[in-house]
Amino acid sequence: MQTRRTFIKSLVLSASIAAIGMPMAASAADTIKVGVLHSLSGTMAISETALKNVALMTIEEINAAGGVLGKKLEPVVVDPASNWPLFAERARQLISQDKVSVVFGCWTSVSRKSVLPVFKELNSLLFYPVQYEGEELEKNVFYTGAAPNQQAIPATEYLMSPEGGGAKRFVLLGTDYVYPRTTNKILRAFLHSKGVKDSDIMEEYTPFGHSDYQTIIANIKKFSAGGKTAVISTINGDSNVPFYRELGNAGLKATDVPVVAFSVGEEELRGVDTKPLLGHLAAWNYFMSVENPENKAFIAKYKAWAKANNVPNADTVVTNDPMEATYVGIHMWKQAVEKAGTTDTDKVIAAMGGQTFKAPSGYTLTMDKTNHHLHKPVLIGEVTADGQFDVVWETKEPIRAQPWSPFIKGNESKQGL
Amino acid sequence: MLSTLFRCWVLTLALVAGSAQAVLAPEVVTGLGSSDFNERIAAIEALTVAGTDAAPVIEAIESGNFGSFDGRAVIVRDSAVVDLASGETLSASPADVTTLRTNNRVRRALATAKAGLALETGSDAERLAAAEQLRENTSPILLPLLERAAANEQVAAIRDLLVLAKARIQLESTEPAERRAAAEALGGSSDRAVITLLKPLVEREAGTPGAPGAWLESDESVRAAAAEAIAAIERRVAFAQNVATVFSGLSLGSILLLAALGLAITFGVMGVINMAHGELLMVGAYATYLVQNLFRLHFPEYFDYYVLAAVPVAFFVAAAVGIVMERTVLRFLYGRPLESLLATWGISLVLIQAARVTFGPQNLELTNPAWMAGSVEVFAGLSLPWNRIWILGFSVFVLVLLWAMMQKTRLGMFVRAVTQNRPMAGCVGVPTGRVDMLAFGIGAGVAGLGGLALSQIANVGPAMGQGYIVDSFMVVVLGGVGQLAGAVSAAFGLGIFSKFLEGWTGAVIAKILVLVFIIMFIQKRPQGIFALKGRFADQ
Repeated sequence: MQTRRTFIKSLVLSASIAAIGMPMAASAADTIKVGVLHSLSGTMAISETALKNVALMTIEEINAAGGVLGKKLEPVVVDPASNWPLFAERARQLISQDKVSVVFGCWTSVSRKSVLPVFKELNSLLFYPVQYEGEELEKNVFYTGAAPNQQAIPATEYLMSPEGGGAKRFVLLGTDYVYPRTTNKILRAFLHSKGVKDSDIMEEYTPFGHSDYQTIIANIKKFSAGGKTAVISTINGDSNVPFYRELGNAGLKATDVPVVAFSVGEEELRGVDTKPLLGHLAAWNYFMSVENPENKAFIAKYKAWAKANNVPNADTVVTNDPMEATYVGIHMWKQAVEKAGTTDTDKVIAAMGGQTFKAPSGYTLTMDKTNHHLHKPVLIGEVTADGQFDVVWETKEPIRAQPWSPFIKGNESKQGL
Repeated sequence: MLSTLFRCWVLTLALVAGSAQAVLAPEVVTGLGSSDFNERIAAIEALTVAGTDAAPVIEAIESGNFGSFDGRAVIVRDSAVVDLASGETLSASPADVTTLRTNNRVRRALATAKAGLALETGSDAERLAAAEQLRENTSPILLPLLERAAANEQVAAIRDLLVLAKARIQLESTEPAERRAAAEALGGSSDRAVITLLKPLVEREAGTPGAPGAWLESDESVRAAAAEAIAAIERRVAFAQNVATVFSGLSLGSILLLAALGLAITFGVMGVINMAHGELLMVGAYATYLVQNLFRLHFPEYFDYYVLAAVPVAFFVAAAVGIVMERTVLRFLYGRPLESLLATWGISLVLIQAARVTFGPQNLELTNPAWMAGSVEVFAGLSLPWNRIWILGFSVFVLVLLWAMMQKTRLGMFVRAVTQNRPMAGCVGVPTGRVDMLAFGIGAGVAGLGGLALSQIANVGPAMGQGYIVDSFMVVVLGGVGQLAGAVSAAFGLGIFSKFLEGWTGAVIAKILVLVFIIMFIQKRPQGIFALKGRFADQ
């Protein structure tokens, strides 16, 4: 009796499992699911919404060209709402419930750190498209943004060069979290190696969302009286608008004290009147103003996509560096899957090394054979009156990433990576 | 007579330069077209002394209409390509010209060159701007020009600036007497950078212990003059800095006050814990944005006044949203703080998402009108930004208006009556429901005005209100619930307190210290700075 009931129970259970599982298996057969994990609400929505858009556009583009391995890609979009623990939860849902083959997502370093254990545990694949502080190299992650030696160090070298103004004193200004603190640690060590003394470096942090920069600007003014000064800003998110406004109103011009920013792109400048900011700098691996056929096509595609999908303010959308990195990442993943002939995580990881892609930046980018980072060119641009950047300096060729900065103690043994 | 003639001549020259290019020295032309920044900057400096026909060239380089074509330096003017050396128009389209990149160094040299040119021929205002530019950036090549200009200058303010600019160059002179005069003149400056210039004059070379190194400056009297000048500048700078800190404290206070005033009515007077208060600020800022766009589209000539037109709009739009909130939700929840807290929090989420759906998740761009941009130099060494000055004034204006409304009008009297004793007010014929609605509407409208002010200084985005809700409650609770005076003193007190702290400990620690201070203060004095007195205070 007892056994029969258990038998019926298990029969019903397995039937229902089969019933749930069946359509899933059917759809899995003719499409490949890919996850998009970007905040669409909360503080980071400002930056990340555009990345979700560009991911969907790229997936549509690949599908229109015949898909991958003869199958169409099916995007699964989730919203982790700028909530770091929720990132991990949503990542788990994407991998184990929706059975996606790969996830494109995250912006802040803290969100990436929060999803890492999930990707390791379930052995899945994450493409991370934003410049970051380095000091990390995970088998399950491909980093398509810049490492510090592909952004921060060249920008600082430029500021010290006669062309960049020959700065002798440096203000390291950032938002108070892991990315600015680590970057500034690297930069301080780098400046020491160039003979800049501690008394010529001023380091300041503000909380997330800080909006009153009067004191800091006054301090910068005071500091800059002591010699040719440049500001290196790792201020993230919203705070940039009040910072640049205060800078413009205080009459601190780029010709006197140039500010080079690592987290300010075309998208962030959309909320700012850039006329007083002429000549301030940003360092990236791509600018919307770069002129080449790939970029022209990329911008046109994105504009058309924005219009067709009723993105708010579709006629003024811009492209920026993390968007380009997302675009490159999805295309490289597609190429790797085609080379591997499967979406199996380990085989795709093996196939990723050495992939190349003609990117909108105008360079052919290569995925490094061993360190999961792209070889990227470094561009330094000046803010123009229409919110774009005018490239004033660029590397001759893409640079290999050093995820473990040689300027941090204890990384000596990792330089081969 | 002579000067009139000279002006005519300059004018003709300028006109001629407009049609056919005046001829510049060939080495200057090659220098301008050089890809080497040092050569270009030297050429630009040479332009300053090349005379007035250099002005259009500088203009062209500045606006990016300068480049090279076929190995020659050319200017693009009215879509024609003009050879700089010969002045002839080339048969090339502007698209073929490779524009030469300018960077900050070139731009600084251009600004200096332009100032040098303006010094002799500009109007009073232009000469003043030029002198200000030259005070900070000079080059030795300008010394004869500065001497000439300083000698001829009639306006005292400009002459003082020129003397400072001249002194900076003469500090490098080989004549001790000239160096002494320069150091003495620089003592009149209020610029901290001058101290850095003078420092070497009073320092010794690195020596061994017991045997100090030789003075970097050999002349005793120059050393004394420099030391005196440094002391004078330091005194002036320290004073200016204290005034600036007090002002930035007042400015922060005025922003806190504008954010909190609306809450001082809805929470302070009516007792509704309104979690959607921040979103009412957002509504006011978005209304300002709409007015700005309306002006940009339809009345571009009056664009500078859009902020004034936005004042009533922001008030009434936010008030309307507030009244709808009150009528549909809050009036059923009076006296139930927990429910009204949850309900208003829900409303805040609805408003944020509504803004995100209609306007997109991006921050909106609001341009400061011209009269709010830039700064004013109150006295040498202290310049205050206009937008903060105006907002400080605006907060006082709103405060006075609100105070007059509460104390001097019939509606204000009703509001006070209803909050003090609702049943009694109802008994004597005050329409309590209507008064609640209007009071909440006014509180919301004032929040809208706060949003208008914030839009000129901070971010405008769907979630902007979230950043102010904590600060607003902080101000109201610290000041004492139910008191406008409390909110005012708390806002300005907190502003100045946190600015002095910030200068001392940095922004992150200052924020923590302020919160710790408030917690301790509330522990000690739960009723806030100003406590209500009288019978109803016990309720």
